[in-house]
Amino acid sequence: MKSRSLLADIGKSFLIAIWFMVLLFPLMVMKVNVSKGVAQVQFRWNMLPLVGIAAFVLSLLWRFALEWNEKRGNDSRAGGPLAKLKALTSQYLGIAVVRKGALFILLAFALAYPFLFGMYHTNVMITAFIYIILALGLNIVVGLGGLLNLGYAAFFGVGAYTYGLLWKYVGHSFIAAGIDPGWLFWISLPLAGIIATLFGILLSLPVLRLRGDYLAIITLAFGEIFRMVMQNSGDITGGATGISLIPRPWLFNIKLTPQKAATYIYFIAIVLVLITIFVVRRIEDSKVGRALEAMREDEIACQAMGINLVRNKLITFALGAFWAGIAGVVMAAQTTYINPDSFTLWESIIILMAVVIGGTGSIPGAIGGAILLKLLPEYFRALAQYRMLIYGIAMILVIIFKPDGLIPRKRKQYTFKEKELAK
Amino acid sequence: MALLELKNVSTFYGNIHALKSISISVEEGEIVTLIGANGAGKTTTLMSICGITPVRSGEILLKGQNITKVSPNKIVQMGVSQVPEGRRIFPQLTVSENLDMGAFLRRDKEGIKRDMEEVFSIFPRLAERRNQLGGTLSGGEQQMLAISRALMANPHLLLLDEPSLGLAPLIVQSIFEIIQRINKERKTTILLVEQNANMALKIASKGYVLQNGVIKMADTAAHLLENEEVRKAYLGL
Repeated sequence: MKSRSLLADIGKSFLIAIWFMVLLFPLMVMKVNVSKGVAQVQFRWNMLPLVGIAAFVLSLLWRFALEWNEKRGNDSRAGGPLAKLKALTSQYLGIAVVRKGALFILLAFALAYPFLFGMYHTNVMITAFIYIILALGLNIVVGLGGLLNLGYAAFFGVGAYTYGLLWKYVGHSFIAAGIDPGWLFWISLPLAGIIATLFGILLSLPVLRLRGDYLAIITLAFGEIFRMVMQNSGDITGGATGISLIPRPWLFNIKLTPQKAATYIYFIAIVLVLITIFVVRRIEDSKVGRALEAMREDEIACQAMGINLVRNKLITFALGAFWAGIAGVVMAAQTTYINPDSFTLWESIIILMAVVIGGTGSIPGAIGGAILLKLLPEYFRALAQYRMLIYGIAMILVIIFKPDGLIPRKRKQYTFKEKELAK
Repeated sequence: MALLELKNVSTFYGNIHALKSISISVEEGEIVTLIGANGAGKTTTLMSICGITPVRSGEILLKGQNITKVSPNKIVQMGVSQVPEGRRIFPQLTVSENLDMGAFLRRDKEGIKRDMEEVFSIFPRLAERRNQLGGTLSGGEQQMLAISRALMANPHLLLLDEPSLGLAPLIVQSIFEIIQRINKERKTTILLVEQNANMALKIASKGYVLQNGVIKMADTAAHLLENEEVRKAYLGL
């Protein structure tokens, strides 16, 4: 690799700055004022050097960052302060007691959270948990199976609408019979999982032969179809107005204040997250998980090994959809209101981003990504209008500087031990 | 009765007529080779046998049983295993995991373990690298891995698609020796597709020459090696 000289970098950045000044001239410098029906162009010349300087500095910074990234790649494990910190933490986490202690503290904190902070924070956390379940589910499809699904929010919607519709059509007979409609939540939870799974299988049938771009487009279309159907079949689903007053989950017939109800749902969500993590980990380590991984790597080789691709793809979509369905029910119970706007393409993309930023295929990555993408926007509401911009920049940065995601996957490999040899 | 028999098999890719009514028979325990130039239909023949590309007309019989419409995973279960062209190992899985994928359909843990040891004794190089990722192996090692992976299914019939592809002559030599050894020691019947006609005909008992989807010649390997036309077209003599 030839070394770049500082001078060349400055020169290039200078050119870029000039280019940006030209490019942004009509936007940043020219301003059209309309007064008394006459348009007048006002030239804000003082903006021009600002644009130039900003472009120059940013471009130079970018160049340095890229160079640093290359160097980091060349002599990785050379032991910078960051690497040392990483080694230290992994060394300590390697000790069982420390790891268990850390987990215990984390769990204790999670359990105490709703009592330490207010209802608002509890609700934010529930949303984060819902997204963790979603990200873990999508991680099976994208991370393990390598099938890009851009319509994942539809399965989320199937779950939410299962609960919503059940409430809308069965709820009043529950009330008439004197049964707490909160029971519906517990009925919907498994039911939504099953129905979402069926939808997953239904979707996977037409896409069995597709891969890559084609698969992405079909799943995207599926997501939009679901939303459109929900929106336009107003007689059945309430259309764009959605379904409201969805009951909160049943808890021994106790009337819960909104605050208590949030706490209750918080704990339900935590339990569901733990179950999801447990099950997804088991799947990853199982024979099915390995088959999914093999499918991601090479479909023809898979067929030559006698792996049933059709069945594999069905399983992938079904498993992913199942968790989305579960998450949907929790979401409906938390917000007590659903409408088709909660299940747009944007939603699917955020979940996918959580998986990719966190680290495709990595369970801690999916969790971290979901928390990051859901919590940060909540706490930086002041920057809400720049959210897309920030997401975009974050995505670019992650792809360039940490292409495997923030917490990259560490696959369990079975390693050969000496003991086996002795046998 | 032949172990494998293709009767007037025709395969299409869309409108392209890839195999034009070809007939092949492979007897139990022998090495049969299918030689031909690029695009002759050699790989398509193997893919048709495996059920990966659908056959439009004709019949494929395995031990007298019609497997023309049987799904690929069932065919593997019936004892046919393929080493696909270009090796196609799983680069992100370790060598042992790759081998384990080969035994995907088997349930006898003891047998799998025994076969893995046997494979490692055939290819000691793989034993050294069993914890290494498949993608980090050299071309020759990857070919060994691909063959081993196919053997892990414990096949009666092994389909080899151009095992010499992209390998140095010395390594090709040793791979062919191992193919012969597998045939003799494990009594595995082998259908070998090759462009390296000289090497293939030397270890085979019978050969077919495929040209533009048609079987041009079928004879014993020794006769084909002597044949003027084959010598000119495929052996470059």
